[in-house]
Amino acid sequence: METILEARNILMIYEDGVVANRDVSLSVEANTIHAVVGENGAGKSTLMKILFGIRQPQQGEIVYKGRKVQIRSPHEAIRLGIGMVHQHLMLAPDLTVAENMVLGVEPRSARLFLDTRKALAITERVSREFGMDVPADRKIKDLPIGVRQRVEILKALYRNAELLILDEPTAVLTPQEAEGLFKTLLDLKAHGKTIIFISHKLKEVKRIADRVTVMRDARVITTREAEGISEHEIAYLMVGREISFERIPAPRAVGNPLLTVRGLSLVNDENVRVLSNVSFDVRAGEILGLAGVEGNGQTELVRILTGLLPASAGHVSIRGTPVTGLSPRAIRETGTAHIPEDRMEDGAAAEASLQENIIIDRYYKKDFSRRMRLLWRSIAQHSLELVSRFNILALSPRAAVSSLSGGNIQKVVVARELSSNPEVVIASQPTRGIDVGSEEMVHNLLREARDNGKAVFLTSADLDEILKLSNRILVIYNGELVAHFREVANISAKDLGPYMLGVQREEAVSGEVRP
Amino acid sequence: MEKFVLKYFNLIRTIIAILIGLVISVCLIYLVSKDPGFSLKQFLLGPFLSRGRFSNMIESLSPILFCGLAIAVAFQARQFNVGAEGSLFLGAAVGTAFAVSTRMPIFLHIPLVLLVAGVVGAAWNYIPGLLKARWNASELVSSLMMNYVAYFLGLYLINFHFRDKAAGYLVSLQLPQTAWLQQFIPDTRMHWGIVLSLVFAVLVWFFLYHSTTGYEVRMTGYNEKFARFGGIRVSRIVILSQVILGLIAGIGGMTEVMGIHHRFNWQISPGYGWDGVIVAIIGRNHPLLIVAASLFLAYMRVGGQVLTLMSDVPAEMVTVIQSVIILLITAEAFLSRWRYGITVREAARKVAAR
Amino acid sequence: MNPLLKSILSTEFGFAILRVMTPLLFPALGVAISALAGATNIALEGIMIVSACAGVLVSAFTHSLVLSLFAGLAAGIALAALLGYFHLKLRADIFLAAIALNLFAAGISIVFLFLFTGDKGSTSSLKSQLFPAVDIPLLQNVPVLGPIFSGHNILTYASIVSVFLYWLITFKTPLGLRIRAVGQNPDAAQSVGINVNRTRMYALLLSGFFGSLGGLYLCMGYVSWFARDISAGRGFIAIAAATLGGNLPLGTFLSSLLFGAVNALANYLAPLKVPSEFIQMTPYLATAVALAIYAAQAMRKRRRKVREGAPEGTP
Repeated sequence: METILEARNILMIYEDGVVANRDVSLSVEANTIHAVVGENGAGKSTLMKILFGIRQPQQGEIVYKGRKVQIRSPHEAIRLGIGMVHQHLMLAPDLTVAENMVLGVEPRSARLFLDTRKALAITERVSREFGMDVPADRKIKDLPIGVRQRVEILKALYRNAELLILDEPTAVLTPQEAEGLFKTLLDLKAHGKTIIFISHKLKEVKRIADRVTVMRDARVITTREAEGISEHEIAYLMVGREISFERIPAPRAVGNPLLTVRGLSLVNDENVRVLSNVSFDVRAGEILGLAGVEGNGQTELVRILTGLLPASAGHVSIRGTPVTGLSPRAIRETGTAHIPEDRMEDGAAAEASLQENIIIDRYYKKDFSRRMRLLWRSIAQHSLELVSRFNILALSPRAAVSSLSGGNIQKVVVARELSSNPEVVIASQPTRGIDVGSEEMVHNLLREARDNGKAVFLTSADLDEILKLSNRILVIYNGELVAHFREVANISAKDLGPYMLGVQREEAVSGEVRP
Repeated sequence: MEKFVLKYFNLIRTIIAILIGLVISVCLIYLVSKDPGFSLKQFLLGPFLSRGRFSNMIESLSPILFCGLAIAVAFQARQFNVGAEGSLFLGAAVGTAFAVSTRMPIFLHIPLVLLVAGVVGAAWNYIPGLLKARWNASELVSSLMMNYVAYFLGLYLINFHFRDKAAGYLVSLQLPQTAWLQQFIPDTRMHWGIVLSLVFAVLVWFFLYHSTTGYEVRMTGYNEKFARFGGIRVSRIVILSQVILGLIAGIGGMTEVMGIHHRFNWQISPGYGWDGVIVAIIGRNHPLLIVAASLFLAYMRVGGQVLTLMSDVPAEMVTVIQSVIILLITAEAFLSRWRYGITVREAARKVAAR
Repeated sequence: MNPLLKSILSTEFGFAILRVMTPLLFPALGVAISALAGATNIALEGIMIVSACAGVLVSAFTHSLVLSLFAGLAAGIALAALLGYFHLKLRADIFLAAIALNLFAAGISIVFLFLFTGDKGSTSSLKSQLFPAVDIPLLQNVPVLGPIFSGHNILTYASIVSVFLYWLITFKTPLGLRIRAVGQNPDAAQSVGINVNRTRMYALLLSGFFGSLGGLYLCMGYVSWFARDISAGRGFIAIAAATLGGNLPLGTFLSSLLFGAVNALANYLAPLKVPSEFIQMTPYLATAVALAIYAAQAMRKRRRKVREGAPEGTP
């Protein structure tokens, strides 16, 4: 079998210094379905961006159909015959399928006009050719997402893509639609196309892929025939690594459940079930870690707990008070703090000053305002205290938060949340994108909160973090809890991997704690 | 030096934009006028050359400043409401109706009339606020429409119910003397309303930067998601900021009627609401800078009037210059390359110092 | 029959509606096409002013309708191009830049007025031309329809043709498709190689084209002189008309017609007890109401999609 695409020794470093691809080599054979798997941050998305011309590597070369090529833009990638189906579909919602199909390469009549009839004919022809049924004259916004994805694929095929890259294609599909997609991909392979797809759902990988490349920590670990490797093995390769830290034993003084979640479910706008029947407790004096690959419902779960998103079903109580459907402020006032997953979106206002950011949850309290008047002197003093206590590197509390480094911004967020004396701390990806020193400090602070009898709920895609900090671990996959580890002293990433990747699951898992 | 530039970059950028505007005005005058030197002198120094002119400048400050403050409050919450004009007009109309129909001592009359105008203005802008908060309807379009409705409503009220039939033209009945804002400098038209506008500038400054609600307004404007995350009721702020806009604009309109005209004599909408948008942009929504911007606008307006009276250059030249200044200020990329260069050099300097 | 009803149902009224609609329809089409591209042009007021001014001045000095037409178009399109430059290249907020340009147009037109006429108020001292009125040969003799539809200024007919032109461009040309795509999902457009900024610029230039025709009508069809504030806020009313019409050809036409009817009606209702102010405010009120209804619907539709219970796809 001939090799259609080869990436050799790719080195890709982002502007902020993060090495996304380190000496990455990938060889894809023509007429195969080639899966690329890896955890978040392993480097697979970056590699795809390079192949599609969205990013350029610092080093390395790409060989396509035997010729060395430079892919400097998506336009060039398309011209070479490489097409990409992004996770966020690139379709204009108020245009029809046919219009989206021909966008940019519109068929013309009399040189000036758009030949709509030809566009419809083209759409029907392409859809028949590849056996993918799409209603050519319906608007995208009226179609279910599975059909929309089909349009996206046909778009690429129409532009003569011989190599199709799909980025986490089943992330937004219902199980039914995913089945349809698999059939489509197998048909396309029969048509002579080559497919690369990114996934972390190993069952799918085993189902349709011919070859699998495993990436981890910006490198390629291995490329193997899919038949010759089991899901377990793939999982181990994806997450397994030497864990070189000591686990500090947690104190035994665990109290009552402070955060109680029962039967939480969420169905989103596209009728996809994002969360199914999630139940768990978090007790005083423990850290409950939720492990899972990003995009399996953790984001939504945390937003429901903190009042930013309504659930479809289920209820939540904090310290005995039912909080389902309450406002974010009401939930905060039960003594809950939230370290959000996206600090620049939710956790801070970039152009506001450090002290303005710090007081967002307490400006109306009596220490900092009297009868609607802000007491700036107390606020400034408070900020200085926090800056020193949490070692935040900033020019002054009046400096805009955008002038701080990522790690320091996170410190501001953590400082604010933990200094509010919460009883319950909900921390989402608390150390994402920050330097090692800050990361260590945040971890110590979370442990300290636990040791002081707080209940900490930690969600993270970083397994090291989960393993380092948690007393108990839950694993979430596709919106459901699939594993509950009550004793964590001897487990490692290799134990968690299979559950995170859908390879293994326990039945009827709940994180509840029987008294 | 470069550190200084970086810190005050936005201010420096604004000043450069103003300087460019002035340079263009000089060029235009040379182009248009037969005696450019004289015209230039009239334009730049005119407002200071006579007592009357100087007081004109100070008088025009008041309505512009009120509207600028009003708009700034909404803009700080990132609400693009341009409804100051409507609130100003309708507030003044209803206020006039109230003033003319009631009799009471001056220390009651003045504040009550102002209150009525303010409440009407506030209630009027509640509608765009509600539409935005509830249904995410564009506050720009709705406030624009409400401006027109307010204009016609106000005209109807005055022309049909409070018209001074003795006067030769369409104008309202005169306000009773107890509802006049008196001059604080005799022989001029500089009335206490001007002082009130400055007081309001301080009040708005205090509100935005020293009150809890003002903090909520600003944080909502900085990052709505962050505000919600922190517990702020964003929909309440969306509405409140627009209601406050209406309140201040209504009071501003009434002040002008009570201080200068002593009757409601606007048959065409005076346009102060749009002036407010201009000075809010130039002053970057900061009340104290808006005072400076309003003074600058008033200065240029009067300069233009002097110009048009004394020389052969039309006053509209001033509008041209103002627009150029605003364009330069809103162009984020204006001078951005300069700032980028400085930032890079500063960063390099910091690294080298370590 | 009630005299009011009689006058409304008269052919004169029908004629008046079309006449009054013209300077509203042109800018409305301009707003609409820019809105479709995601770069809503609220500077149509200014565009009409500069095109009117340019047209009148050139007409007075060259006595050529053709040259005035070109001058007007050039001025209006140039202003639209300025908006495009400041917003797309220099990243100015499009609303603020448009506000500034409206101001600029108002000022510069008077300055030019003064430069060429020595007058600061209007050009009535100049002998400027009018675009001709046209009688449609066969139609003019048809009862009822004839008096309503025949005898209009050529630009009025042009405005109706423009609706068709707008439809043609938007739905029947590749450029129109790209404009719509760019307005709905600029990332999607970019991913197929479309230059988003360039497409938006084209949309803005087209909006300048339509707007200029409106300005030319104001000062060379309606009356034959240019004066301060000749546009009287029509550029802003156009925003309302376009929004009410969903930025679509037929919708924009109908809402402009509605606005035209309401404005024309004001003259007829004077003898009646209803104050003209209430008539005149109706279009704006209607737009605000329509905006509210439209937004509420959109929100309700979004909420309806989230259902409780089992969706498709669960076992």
